[in-house]
Amino acid sequence: MTSTVEEPAAEAQAGEVAVRLRGIGKRFPGVIANDDINIDVRRGTIHAIVGENGAGKSTLMKILYGVQPPDSGTIEINGEQVTLHSPADAIKAGVGMVFQHFMLADNFTVLENVVLGAEKLHGIGAEARAEVMRISDAYGLDIEPDRLVEELGVGARQRVEILKVLYRGARIVILDEPTAVLVPQEVDELFGNLRGLKKEGLSVIFISHKLDEVLRVADEITVIRRGTTVRTVTPDQVTARQLAELMVGSELPSPSTETSTVTDEVLLSVKHLSLPGPESRPLLDDISFDIHKGEVLGIAGVEGNGQAELVESIMGMRPGATGTIELTGTDLSSQSTRERRDGGIGYIPEDRHRHGLLLDAPLWENRVLGHQDRPPSAKGILIDKRAARADTERIIAEYDVRTPGPDVLARALSGGNQQKLIVGREMSSDPILLIAAHPTRGVDVGAQAAIWTHIKTARRKGLAVLLISADLDELIGLSDRIEVILRGRLVGTFDPDDVTPEQLGSAMTGAGE
Amino acid sequence: MTPRMTKFVLAISAPLLALAAAFVITSIVLAAAGDPVLDVWKQILSMPERRNVANIIDNAMVLYLSGLAAAVGFRMNLFNIGVDGQYRIAAFTAAVVAGEAWLPGYLNTALAIICAMAVGAVWAGIAGVLRATRGVSEVISTIMLNAIATALVAYLLRKASVRVEGSNAIGTKVIPEGSRIPNISIGSGPGQEIYGFVVIVVLVGFLYWFVLNKTRFGFNLRATGRSTTAATASGINITRMVVLAMLISGAVAGLVGLPILFGDSYQYGSTFQSGLGFAGIAIALLGRNHPIGVAVGALLFAFLNEQSNPLQILVGVSPDIVAITQGTIVLTVVISYEIVRRYGVRLEQQAVAKALVPEPREPEEANA
Repeated sequence: MTSTVEEPAAEAQAGEVAVRLRGIGKRFPGVIANDDINIDVRRGTIHAIVGENGAGKSTLMKILYGVQPPDSGTIEINGEQVTLHSPADAIKAGVGMVFQHFMLADNFTVLENVVLGAEKLHGIGAEARAEVMRISDAYGLDIEPDRLVEELGVGARQRVEILKVLYRGARIVILDEPTAVLVPQEVDELFGNLRGLKKEGLSVIFISHKLDEVLRVADEITVIRRGTTVRTVTPDQVTARQLAELMVGSELPSPSTETSTVTDEVLLSVKHLSLPGPESRPLLDDISFDIHKGEVLGIAGVEGNGQAELVESIMGMRPGATGTIELTGTDLSSQSTRERRDGGIGYIPEDRHRHGLLLDAPLWENRVLGHQDRPPSAKGILIDKRAARADTERIIAEYDVRTPGPDVLARALSGGNQQKLIVGREMSSDPILLIAAHPTRGVDVGAQAAIWTHIKTARRKGLAVLLISADLDELIGLSDRIEVILRGRLVGTFDPDDVTPEQLGSAMTGAGE
Repeated sequence: MTPRMTKFVLAISAPLLALAAAFVITSIVLAAAGDPVLDVWKQILSMPERRNVANIIDNAMVLYLSGLAAAVGFRMNLFNIGVDGQYRIAAFTAAVVAGEAWLPGYLNTALAIICAMAVGAVWAGIAGVLRATRGVSEVISTIMLNAIATALVAYLLRKASVRVEGSNAIGTKVIPEGSRIPNISIGSGPGQEIYGFVVIVVLVGFLYWFVLNKTRFGFNLRATGRSTTAATASGINITRMVVLAMLISGAVAGLVGLPILFGDSYQYGSTFQSGLGFAGIAIALLGRNHPIGVAVGALLFAFLNEQSNPLQILVGVSPDIVAITQGTIVLTVVISYEIVRRYGVRLEQQAVAKALVPEPREPEEANA
């Protein structure tokens, strides 16, 4: 696929160009650098930038927001060439950025948060309040200036962040993965807000890898692959699948739905599992479910509703749980994490840096991790380095881990490749139960498809899977059954064949109660 | 350069950088105090005589054991500051056991060594258990155990000691000749002998390397040191590892005083060499917890100690200046290792990035 840039043919019709990037290049170690990036963002449009993880989206946005200078190329804002040395320069030029991780002081009110650091603009008193309300009304942001931020939900916090940017005079708003933290209903609200901004003549740059969302909201979509702009398209020109293929640069494997492989044989049986919390409310409250051989049970829920506690209780990493957990009829309660793993549980942890990897150890040692006393990693009391390395080579090949070799430190790999290594490792001991917490989080489309294929293949051979995910499409696509967890309790069972993300979203937030 | 070479060059450039920085800082201190900088370095860096070489090796042996004891803890992110107390209480125990001579000849020696290791292990194990069960910081508890060990040994020494004839010094019973470890000659003149304990020291160094790098236990220990959370998730019992690591560290610490005991002093007295435990921490840092690195660090510290001895007589400068050098090395080594580590990570990421981009593009537009 060539990387010719299509000059936006429709340039004349829909407003003039607010941001023009030409030949932006940036190289620095570890990250695939930006190379010859060309993008035109027109005024009064939502322009989406999509690409795999590590394609160079964040680098590009950091350049546009003045965090890093480009090595080459030019940035024009409203027809004027600018050099941005710092975010302050960017703000002066009218560029504002809403980061994925909110930067708000919880114990301040909304108004205080907005004014913080921009006291010079409208003071901190009545004038500032009036300006905040004016912006809120003008763009339909529905801001309550005197609420404490800690009382706000995720969607409202995001609106505060947007307002902060507008308050500082931004006419070009960059949103980095804004929907990652939102449930479907909140996404709809956000998109409503974005359309409001657009109507007022602002330009929105929207970074995402959720392609259906991009297609819904964007006026133009630029695809970046390996640091280069591949193409700019409009939503009516492409399907999500074509976009994904543009991102990956090759055709995707077909995600065909498979026939059920669920058997009658109960593999994991959880009964009345409870875990007391630090306050009066328990972290897990009387959870019971069975997973059969060849079945994928998906757990849907807003993060922090007990998913991590559930996983860690089953893995034996969290003491204090009551109730019974049985694996193929054997009670696990007296078993250590090691014994449970050796008993055939594979574990893809939610936080790969905290629980999945030794970042400063080579890949082959990471292959050994969790399999210290099983072949091929171990021989008697010794670690079998040669066999472990050989098996790491196998995982690198089979799971397409992009690395020069098994002796590289895990830290040097990109997140997606780290994840592929973990998945490969956990599948390599032929587990009978796989606990997969967000197995494709932060993983690019190509790797995601590969991981799904591996899970499906194993399921066909009788693997039971407990799948925890925030990606509702993933849950619906992979699961044989979906349970919704809310405040430590299972509150509903859904059949993935006839449930919509919206229905799941309602159950996840307790809206249906 | 091959990746292996790069790794090696990076590995040795850090301590060299640290040494250079430490020398510069020491020179500044000397110059500021108005001392003859050049003369001091001339003496310290002069070629040691054979007699001095023997002393350096003897001193290095002791420091090496102390460094390894600290290194075992470091590999698991445990700061065993208590090597000092552990080796003194262990050496005292060994001296009493060997002095009593319940067993004949070398059996007596072996028993004394085992007792020393056991006592060192128990003393460190107290801190390990406190850490594992109650979450008490091992730094605090080992420091306090040091103080207790000092007092305890002084108290017990009174009970177990015999007065040395013609002196105020007291000490344990002298070890019978048959249980002493003979010195090994490295030259022909007098004083050109090193402790025979060197055999055990080398063996301990080898075991350290083997257990940590080749065994499952060592893997678990290193994994725990790198990330307790990942170790827990992989099924390692952290509580057990903490106690075991402290026990091993203490057992090695128990050996620290023994080369002196069996090769030179033959008894534990009020004049028994102290302060060896803290030097070990510095040496483990300098040697990057690597068995060879720690050995080089121990030799370096021993070399500096020995060479600075005659400073007072020759150039009128207090030999304590070398303690400043050693202290500065510890600081600079921490900094330079971090610098080199970051540089190494960058190099590796570059290598990874290069491997991922099949056709490297020329950066022509960067300088256009």
